[in-house]
Amino acid sequence: MTPTQTPAPTALLDMQSVGKQFVLHLQNSTALPVLSGFDLRLLPGECVRLSGPSGMGKSTVLKLAFGNYRATSGRIWVRDTDGQQIDITQADARTVLHLRSHAMGYVSQFLRVIPRVAAIDIVAAPLLEGPDSGFTPAQAREQAALWLTRLRIAPALWQLPPATFSGGEQQRINIARSFIKPRPLLLLDEPTASLDPENTQTVIELIAQARAQGIGILGIFHDAVVAQAVASRTVAMHSFQATP
Amino acid sequence: MHELTQPLLRVQNLHCAYGARAVVRDISLDLWPGEVLAIVGESGSGKTTLLNALAARHAPTSGTVAFAMRGSGLQDIYALSEAQARLLARTDWGFVHQHAADGLRMNVSAGANVAERLMALGQRHYGNLRAQAGDWLARVEIDPSRIDDRPDTFSGGMRQRLQIARNLITQPRLVFMDEPTSGLDVSVQARLLDMLRMLTRQMNLAAVIVTHDLAVARLLAQRMLVMQGGVAVETGLTDQVLDDPQHPYTQLLVSSVLPP
Repeated sequence: MTPTQTPAPTALLDMQSVGKQFVLHLQNSTALPVLSGFDLRLLPGECVRLSGPSGMGKSTVLKLAFGNYRATSGRIWVRDTDGQQIDITQADARTVLHLRSHAMGYVSQFLRVIPRVAAIDIVAAPLLEGPDSGFTPAQAREQAALWLTRLRIAPALWQLPPATFSGGEQQRINIARSFIKPRPLLLLDEPTASLDPENTQTVIELIAQARAQGIGILGIFHDAVVAQAVASRTVAMHSFQATP
Repeated sequence: MHELTQPLLRVQNLHCAYGARAVVRDISLDLWPGEVLAIVGESGSGKTTLLNALAARHAPTSGTVAFAMRGSGLQDIYALSEAQARLLARTDWGFVHQHAADGLRMNVSAGANVAERLMALGQRHYGNLRAQAGDWLARVEIDPSRIDDRPDTFSGGMRQRLQIARNLITQPRLVFMDEPTSGLDVSVQARLLDMLRMLTRQMNLAAVIVTHDLAVARLLAQRMLVMQGGVAVETGLTDQVLDDPQHPYTQLLVSSVLPP
């Protein structure tokens, strides 16, 4: 990299000409292009909404930013907590794990957890990662209880594994375990999709508070009211469609 | 960004063969403290041979396996003296077998099984040994009142948990596991997975786990190595490899099972 290409140090996420295509080796190596030339620069305190119909690559952008999908082309710079910019398309597994633990969080649409773990322990888990997490299990549970309360999960459910919970309850568990450990960059994939109005309002407030703390958010919000309430700007996906 | 400057285990250009038949070809990897690596692949892909080579149980034909010894840094494990190797296997390493009977002494008590490594390290005080064994039985969710029972009176899941307690009592830094959940009922598997994940996290324990079960790998391991014909065809973060597989063989593996 030459100095002129290095992004300004304030961007939490800087995606430059990012492309993604899937090559399906079992289907005669069919190439499935889903994204091309995607650019996005996200600053602290912003909430950028990805907009467009299904199949336009919105979730793909979030997964690329989180290092879940591997970019076919382009660069994805994520700002570490020490201010260093790291290109996660080139970073090794250990570095991506470090970024996920400290620099970026992701709320997926689905809750994927070990079957028999209690909801409160799932929410507390991010506070107990690593040998120097700074929390005892009891302290982490106390924090988890606060988040479960805030997201209106009935205390009777806390000790139960969430496999049997409703979709909305599972989604709130997912939100709680992401917000319990604030990270500078937050990726949200439809965080209110299965929530009732009251809980939707809570999530809107959480996003506003996170922004006020300087957290940058990149999200997918199909609900127009939510999008209107949380987003500081919108990126339309149709400009970044790849042509097969 | 990272505080540590050297990995716990460094594998370079490892080759293993049985006679003229190469079963592990040119594998290199670094494993860091607290990381869990899953080795996946079909039967005969070389994953157990690789595990045994990493755990000083099967000498490679070429290449090196180095472990970060306490106080002396990365050392080739096949160049250690017999006494050093024995000490390592009893203290900083653990090995959990697929069949608990291979890793336990079935004809002595559960307590003696768990405390054996401590005794091998010279601890002799019966009361202390018994207390520590009892603690570890509780940690792996075995009723400490079963301390005097022999493992052949235990269920499959209990035996596997006993084997884990026996390995972890010396607070190792690295544990090797060969299909640790494959012989168990699904309900027992979930419990064991939960326990393993909690213990690796609490102890900052690194682990190398051979499994053919991608769901197990997803839940336990941050990193994954996919083997086919003795070659590592794909490596990466577990969720990357499972959600965005690049190699044809990995795509076949992932598309052949229910979503893990």
